[in-house]
Amino acid sequence: MSTTTRMRLRGLIRKESLQILRDPSSIAIAFVLPVVLLLLFGYGVSLDAKHVPVALVVEQPDANTASFTGAFAQSRYFAPLSYNNIQQAEQALIAHQVSAIVWLRNDFSDRLLAGGEAPIGVFMNGVDANQARISEGYIQGVWQLWLASYAREQGRDLAVPVVVEPRIWFNAAVRSRDFLVPGLIALIMTLTGAMLTSMVVAREWERGTMEALMVTPIRIWEILVGKLLPYFALGMGGMLLSVAMAVWLFGVPLRGSFWALSGASALFMLVSLGMGLLISTVARSQFVAGQIALVATFLPAFILSGFIFQISSMPAPIQFITHIIPARYYVAILQTLFMAGNIWPVVLANCGALLVMMVIFLGLARRKSRKRLD
Amino acid sequence: MSTPALFFDGVSKSFNSGKTSVTALDGVTISALPGKVTGLIGPDGAGKTTLMRLAVGLLLPDNGNIQALGIDVLEAPLQVQSSVGYMPQRFGLYEDLSVQENLDLYADLQGVGHEQRQARYEELLQMTALGPFTDRLAGRLSGGMKQKLGLACTLIKIPRLLLLDEPTVGVDPISRRELWAIIDRLVKQEQLSVLVSTAYLNEAERCDEVVLLNEGRRLGQGSPKSYSEPMRGRTFHLSSTRLDKRRLQTQLSAIPGIIDAVIDGEKVRVVTRKAQLPDISDLVADGDTAINGPSKLDDLQIEPVEPSFEDAFIATLKVDTPSVADWFAPRDGAALEAGPIIEVVNAQRRFGDFYAVRDISFKVKQGEIFGLLGANGAGKSTMFRMLCGLLPASAGQLTVAGHDLRRAAADARSRLGYMAQRFSLYVDLSVAQNLNFFASAYGLGRKQRKQRIEWAMAAFELTAYAATNSGDLPLGYKQRLAMAAALLHEPDILFLDEPTSGVDPLARREFWQRINGLAASGVTILVTTHFMDEANYCDRLVIMAEGEVLAEGTPTQMKAGFRSAALPSPTMEDAFIGLIENRQKNKPGVAA
Repeated sequence: MSTTTRMRLRGLIRKESLQILRDPSSIAIAFVLPVVLLLLFGYGVSLDAKHVPVALVVEQPDANTASFTGAFAQSRYFAPLSYNNIQQAEQALIAHQVSAIVWLRNDFSDRLLAGGEAPIGVFMNGVDANQARISEGYIQGVWQLWLASYAREQGRDLAVPVVVEPRIWFNAAVRSRDFLVPGLIALIMTLTGAMLTSMVVAREWERGTMEALMVTPIRIWEILVGKLLPYFALGMGGMLLSVAMAVWLFGVPLRGSFWALSGASALFMLVSLGMGLLISTVARSQFVAGQIALVATFLPAFILSGFIFQISSMPAPIQFITHIIPARYYVAILQTLFMAGNIWPVVLANCGALLVMMVIFLGLARRKSRKRLD
Repeated sequence: MSTPALFFDGVSKSFNSGKTSVTALDGVTISALPGKVTGLIGPDGAGKTTLMRLAVGLLLPDNGNIQALGIDVLEAPLQVQSSVGYMPQRFGLYEDLSVQENLDLYADLQGVGHEQRQARYEELLQMTALGPFTDRLAGRLSGGMKQKLGLACTLIKIPRLLLLDEPTVGVDPISRRELWAIIDRLVKQEQLSVLVSTAYLNEAERCDEVVLLNEGRRLGQGSPKSYSEPMRGRTFHLSSTRLDKRRLQTQLSAIPGIIDAVIDGEKVRVVTRKAQLPDISDLVADGDTAINGPSKLDDLQIEPVEPSFEDAFIATLKVDTPSVADWFAPRDGAALEAGPIIEVVNAQRRFGDFYAVRDISFKVKQGEIFGLLGANGAGKSTMFRMLCGLLPASAGQLTVAGHDLRRAAADARSRLGYMAQRFSLYVDLSVAQNLNFFASAYGLGRKQRKQRIEWAMAAFELTAYAATNSGDLPLGYKQRLAMAAALLHEPDILFLDEPTSGVDPLARREFWQRINGLAASGVTILVTTHFMDEANYCDRLVIMAEGEVLAEGTPTQMKAGFRSAALPSPTMEDAFIGLIENRQKNKPGVAA
């Protein structure tokens, strides 16, 4: 590297850093937004069923039904409410006062005593399909647990043919936070890498600073590196902040190596910056750059990365599309490193995919950038 | 002489916008001499900026050769960029960096060694008088200071060829004078070659050579004298005591042999087609023609004047346009109101502890053209917004058309038209759609709307462009459309905020022709401008600085105060600069 190149790069990086420090909006996107998103997803959004209001309809109360409803009252997943008849309970379901109805008919105890089979009626509000499925599973769980303990009390074998004994791996506490928060890091880095970077380049076009920059003897790769390095540092800063909050504030376990996480993050950050610089070769206004970055990078990272929606449960064509979303690979790495540990085949395979994408995006950005205005 | 500093040989360049191709430059051959200032002059869209960008390798020509300092720009753009200084029209200052940080950045980019920097900085800061402001953010500098900082950044590594794209646009007269002084010094001391484009025709006289460009073609190259000399004998000053200068101008413009008639101080400057004055015996004097019949103008004073570059420019480029005055007939029953139509008494406007306007008073009579003159930040736009009822005054009394703005701003607003600096047009709507929208916004009924839009199309010659999106119009036409929109509801008062900023001299002439017509029909016009020569078109004006009025009066009164042996016929610009300088002398504490 010649001395003039070094001088130009240092000048550009110093300029960019000063601008970042003085512009409240880049600090907001790099640090404030991650904190807000983490708090929102960490505390606000939960895919778990907890304190679900359930209507219990017992047509003929006796010792057995009391023991059964007691099982609901004890569960931390449910907040049971008693109704005298099914019509009332249905009204409550329609009025969204309860999310589910558990109906014990008047022959509940009789059939229980007769053969140990005691069917119950379960009605779910299926509007929120996810919530309904989870609640349904928990209701079944409560029922089976109660049946088992009832059978033990009676000294009888349980008539249920198969007993489910759940063993949940990797996220033993089944806390959705533990996989949401790591996934969020991918989103935050996309924001800094693609959106912020493409917008600051567009700002240079808008304000006419790019034209003045281009007539200096600077080389195009120097302009690109001058943008890349400061925002790389900014994005990695955002990543470290997010990891720290995940581990210390939300108690998400980091089972894999921190260095593997940093390495993979650096790789993803470069992919993200590559996308940002590529967008900036076509967008000459901040508004357009922001819109393209939102639609082409942020939303896919949100929806198609497996961060919230499981990729394996998507329709095949959509699953196919997710392969071109870089965030998909990074989310896989994040969730593996946080919850499972250093599963090298998974981590390395996904890193390989990211490496390919980095080469493609940065290469395209370099090819498309010209020191010319037409 | 040695090789030219810049040489264009048959250069063409066209741009594709959508399906149509626009030719920006068409086989242009020009050269800029070493150690000289070459001016690049032409109306909007002549191709000046394209030419500059081609010269530094920011654009590729379709054909032709370009050599800068003997280097082929196509082959070695980087080599050209390291020895040429280029200041684009909006120079890329980083507004969130300080003056010093901007200088450091460009020193790094130009590869100026640390040992040489200190001396160079001192020299540049002294030259631009920016020394006391090195810690100030560039965004907080005035327009003129920004321009000087841009020039300093371009000059950090002493270039051998300097390209300046309209460096004086939007800059106040004092800063403009300073910028030119810097350029002259550079050429003299450092043997720099300079190519400068400008929209101010009087700046052409400061150049050694002038290239005249129009619609992508070179119309000529030579010294300013070589343009003005053929005009000798075709320029005159006309005046009469029996006819108001504006009416005289209107009548003269209508005479076929006269190419151009503009108000120049108290006289009318006329450029003729041939080397003699055409028959002007039909001019009629002012007065009540209905009673006495037209009376011949018998006291016309005619004197030949020295031709200028501007005369040549107008004579070369002006196409005869039909007189527009007929469209602005006096309105029925437009009896002149006796009292002032606008009255401002001790107006003040504070933003926090900053006074944008402090204690301003003036009165405007009906049918008057009243000017507010001042540099950027003098408080003109704030004053305007208060008069339009868009901004309440912090103190003082403002009355417009008999309505107190504090109580009845809406009533006052219905009687005024406002044309904002940026024209406020909907760029995605066609000319007709824009007019339709503004007509409905003013609440015109169906019949009236149709009639007024027809009038606007005809009076502003917009019919040919009716279906064109207003964003695609040439700047001069945008200005016409904006003015037409502001006049749809037949306002009594028209506010014009920097209406001619960035508009080329030809369009500016047409614009003032219409303004004169309007004023003659009884509409009161309040205008802000930083073109000092336009101040001559006003009946009366105030000169403002830092929110205060420095002087009020007619253009002649203003100029008379600065007449001296050294300056027998001061221009408006001289008067303006004199007033500002006096102020700074008297208030040494405020100057910084």
